[in-house]
Amino acid sequence: MLDTPTFTHLPLKPGVGYKPQHFNDIVSHAGAVGWLEIHAENYMGDGGRPLAQLRHLAEHFPISVHGVGMSIGGEGDLDRDHLTRLKHLIDWLNPASFSEHLAWSTHDTEFYNDLLPLPYTNATLARVCSHINQVQDLIGRKMLLENPSSYLAFSESTWSEPGFLKEVSKRTGCGLLLDVNNVFVSATNLDFSPQGYIDQYPLDLVGEIHLGGHDEDEDDHGHPLLIDSHGREVVDPVWALLDYALDRAGPLPLLIEWDNDVPDWPTLEAEAARAASALARVSTEVAK
Amino acid sequence: MSNTAKTFAVAGAVAAAMTTALTGAASAQSKEKCYGVSLAGQNDCAAGPGTTCAGTSTVDYQGNAWTLVDAGTCASIDLPALADGTERKGSLEALDRDLPA
Amino acid sequence: MTTDPLPIAAVDQTAFTRAMMDAAVDTPKGLRDSQNRPAGRRFNVYRNNVAVSLTEALMQAFPVVTKLLGEENMKGLAGIFLRAHPPQSPLMMFYGDEFPEFLAGMAQLSHIGYLPDVARLEQMMRLSYHAADTAAIDPAALGALTPEALMEARVSVAPTVHLLRSPWPVVDIWRFNMIDGAPKPQASAQDVLITRPEFDPQPAALPPGGATWISALMGGETIGQAFEVASQENNNFDLSATLALLLQGGALTEIHRKD
Repeated sequence: MLDTPTFTHLPLKPGVGYKPQHFNDIVSHAGAVGWLEIHAENYMGDGGRPLAQLRHLAEHFPISVHGVGMSIGGEGDLDRDHLTRLKHLIDWLNPASFSEHLAWSTHDTEFYNDLLPLPYTNATLARVCSHINQVQDLIGRKMLLENPSSYLAFSESTWSEPGFLKEVSKRTGCGLLLDVNNVFVSATNLDFSPQGYIDQYPLDLVGEIHLGGHDEDEDDHGHPLLIDSHGREVVDPVWALLDYALDRAGPLPLLIEWDNDVPDWPTLEAEAARAASALARVSTEVAK
Repeated sequence: MSNTAKTFAVAGAVAAAMTTALTGAASAQSKEKCYGVSLAGQNDCAAGPGTTCAGTSTVDYQGNAWTLVDAGTCASIDLPALADGTERKGSLEALDRDLPA
Repeated sequence: MTTDPLPIAAVDQTAFTRAMMDAAVDTPKGLRDSQNRPAGRRFNVYRNNVAVSLTEALMQAFPVVTKLLGEENMKGLAGIFLRAHPPQSPLMMFYGDEFPEFLAGMAQLSHIGYLPDVARLEQMMRLSYHAADTAAIDPAALGALTPEALMEARVSVAPTVHLLRSPWPVVDIWRFNMIDGAPKPQASAQDVLITRPEFDPQPAALPPGGATWISALMGGETIGQAFEVASQENNNFDLSATLALLLQGGALTEIHRKD
């Protein structure tokens, strides 16, 4: 285990998705950024610079480990090798938080490097819960599960997404991660109210909020189709949806995700500063 | 070479290598602050940027239909035949020959 | 005219992945928009994401191959490769193991004979980048041994070290594409040593016999035995230059004296 201070919780501050090209900037002027999120899979090598950087960052910042490859929603068993790698990373780093996605990416032995959607049925519910129990038992801690971006719906679904997530949490004890950009993207793509979704979301179970940019496209019928690309600034309606969620949930750790066309540090830090303002507003109201 | 000669040859070479290693040492390798980003590889949770069109073509992904349409820097690498007479491939001429007319 | 609503249809992950990886396969019937119409183009988001993200992973993994071929060629090749060899592990940092062999098998590339070896070099560089950290020996420790002890000593080699024997000037091709002002490669065979002095893997061309000496050491031979084998291959084998590359690269992690 690392000989570093132990951050047991993510702070009520903005964090950013860590990119190696920002290492020097983060170390010298983190600005509004109070914590960092890493993608677990990028730190599953045996050594070298990625782990050396992480060791250094973990001395100064709470770290959230965000898995993108566990395939929690997969039909098959979880990948044992991958579980072992995850446990090794979590034991070594002792991060402030661990989260994964309500999605799948591995089928048979093949990994598709994308967060693929699943129908919400009693059968998928049982499978997701069993996989989450397996992960939580192995790493010996509670994980957070994130709501996905949806581009389409499954005719066979019998659960609403918030209802499904709430039931998963009830059965496994896991917490939730609320991605408000994903809510906005899915709501636009599938014609539901994003505020209505948040009203149904069990906000008391949320341990972290994600924000990111999306791209705009359209489907065969000219209906808007938003894509969760994480390649630009968070748009105003998503900031407004964040305010809506924070008004109901109170202050929470907020994360800016920017994975494609990664900007320079000042641009990313400015997004974090905007998230800090959103947090300050509700923190003041809580104080009143 | 006798065994003794070999032993001294090796000892001499090792001594010379130590000198080289100690004097020519460490071309100021930076620590974790340097990048090496291109070797890092990446997993992320974003969708591919923008359009829905890439990956939808049924034509682009047939192996036998793929042709080398333009050339990168290999066009400027001209490796002639080896001294032993075997042909070295990779010359400009060979590349031009395979380009579609 | 009214049409009956589409019936409920289950979509398993086998059907989903088949259609995702092959655009000629129809989109699974149970996927819809909010009006219960077929998902159509919406499904292409997943087709696109997989193809684009794996293509980008390959281009990032093989920057020299990408430069040699040009981006458009590389994208086309990646599209074929990722369908023939989808990742078998969630670690994108290692994706592309089979890419060198795949390049070697493409008839359209047979005139660029050096391409598979350049890809092998790039794959080794990535393995080296992510290999475990180990402490290198102090070069002076070798000097503490008597000439006889030196001959009988064995060494441990760092997991960051890789060897590639090529009939092509792969190091020079790599340098020509990665380093500003590096000269054009001239025809020659090159044996390559990859070391990782700290965090950045370095490829270096070995003198004749050098690769044989190092593989013998890695195979557990003594310094003396390895010298014997390398000298048989090339009687002017330059041990000093070869060892200096290893020492500068922090490639030796332990000396085991005969006891």
